[in-house]
Amino acid sequence: MELMCNISNGVLSITALITGVALVFAALLIAKLISPRSYSVKKSEAYECGIPTRGASMIQFKAGYYIIAILFLLFDVEVVFLYPWATVMGGMGPAGLLCIGIFMFVLIMGLAYAWRKGALKWE
Amino acid sequence: MFDFGKWTACFNDWLLGLGMADWLAVLIECVIIGVLILLTYTVLALFYILYERKLCAYFQCRLGPMRVGPWGLLQVFADMFKILIKELICLKGTDRFLFKLAPYLVITASVVMLACLPWGNGLQIIDWNIGIFFVLAVSSVGVLGILLAGWASNNKYTLIGAMRSGAQMISYEISLGLALMAIVVLAGSNPDIHPMKISDLVTAQTDAWFLFKGHVPAIIAFLIYIVAATAETNRGPFDLPEAEHELTAGYHTEYSGIHFGFFYLAEYLNLFIVSGIASLMFLGGWMPLHIPGWDGFNDIMNYIPGIVWFLAKAFFISYVIIWFKWTFPRVRIDQLIAFEWKYLMPFALANLLLMAVFVAFGWHF
Repeated sequence: MELMCNISNGVLSITALITGVALVFAALLIAKLISPRSYSVKKSEAYECGIPTRGASMIQFKAGYYIIAILFLLFDVEVVFLYPWATVMGGMGPAGLLCIGIFMFVLIMGLAYAWRKGALKWE
Repeated sequence: MFDFGKWTACFNDWLLGLGMADWLAVLIECVIIGVLILLTYTVLALFYILYERKLCAYFQCRLGPMRVGPWGLLQVFADMFKILIKELICLKGTDRFLFKLAPYLVITASVVMLACLPWGNGLQIIDWNIGIFFVLAVSSVGVLGILLAGWASNNKYTLIGAMRSGAQMISYEISLGLALMAIVVLAGSNPDIHPMKISDLVTAQTDAWFLFKGHVPAIIAFLIYIVAATAETNRGPFDLPEAEHELTAGYHTEYSGIHFGFFYLAEYLNLFIVSGIASLMFLGGWMPLHIPGWDGFNDIMNYIPGIVWFLAKAFFISYVIIWFKWTFPRVRIDQLIAFEWKYLMPFALANLLLMAVFVAFGWHF
């Protein structure tokens, strides 16, 4: 299939990007023009159950989220490495299977290690 | 199949034929494309809001919105104007820059993903040769917007909601990527196409859809994809970032007016986008249903335009995802994380290997 109107994909991607920004900007502009504005002390407080907020709101949160993020980083990079293999797998036959088998073995050992260490436990 | 590429080429020739400079023609075409994306985006969002409200109502034996317009068809317009005239509140203590940046990220990511979907032959805007990978990469930007929204709101509930949502979306993205990769492996067995270019992936399904071509692993990949996509769009049993009895309204608690509307819009568009990707990768996109040997039936199916096929498949998958929400109870965060990392992700990896075995020995159709 030919490219749309012979415009390169990069230009089209930037067009879509600008469209997204323009959509938000235009809608905000309309809302700013027609929406009412008023100020009161109570209204600018955070909504937490209706009682006044106690302490800072940007609190420490569970360390488990960091572990999930690190695991994600590992496996997402793995997905990035797997995609080039996936595109050429069809032409490689059983040899491709062997290559990826070794790669996957190392990865699955990593997952097993994380699992054994309790990184996936959520308490 | 009918080729929309001829239309755009014809239009391009007409513009150049007027004696216009090349850059001016490109500029005009880009503006038209931008306006078309905007229109599509808005119409789809409005349609999806009504679609979900009506479906939810029917699942619960109600009628849904009925008062405004015939069968409540104008309700979404009323809602849209109502949300536009609400005040935009920026609370004391919020990080104003990040607070206002978050909707831009969420909306822009979904607009760029929408532009990657082909609706018919030649009716696609962005067509990278690494299309499917590009869509996955752009979808990660949306997570960033949600995390920023929760953090910048200066509210404990939004922070916890954003963290849950972020953890959920990044976790299920891996299964999503692996399920789609199984199809890329299958498509790679055809040397004539580029296995990651979305338009090529659809043309490869002219004879049969990948769901049927790929034997057992394609069906497993489809099921994994549907589950991961439900989690990725924060829907169904996985909508715990917005569990209202625990977290008020999750990461967008402090957003008001159209600011809140942006998150709402992006959520519905993401539902359409994941359904669209499922329809393109597994169900043949704009390709009609063909049954080998039934020539008369196939001819009748060929009469239905490709755009109708694509939209029908996408709306059907959205229907299934909305159905999940009213069938399964909401899961807890520990169950959610355990389900992804202990079951879904290893299954997706094993399924990818299975697909590689099928392709290596030529057992697929």
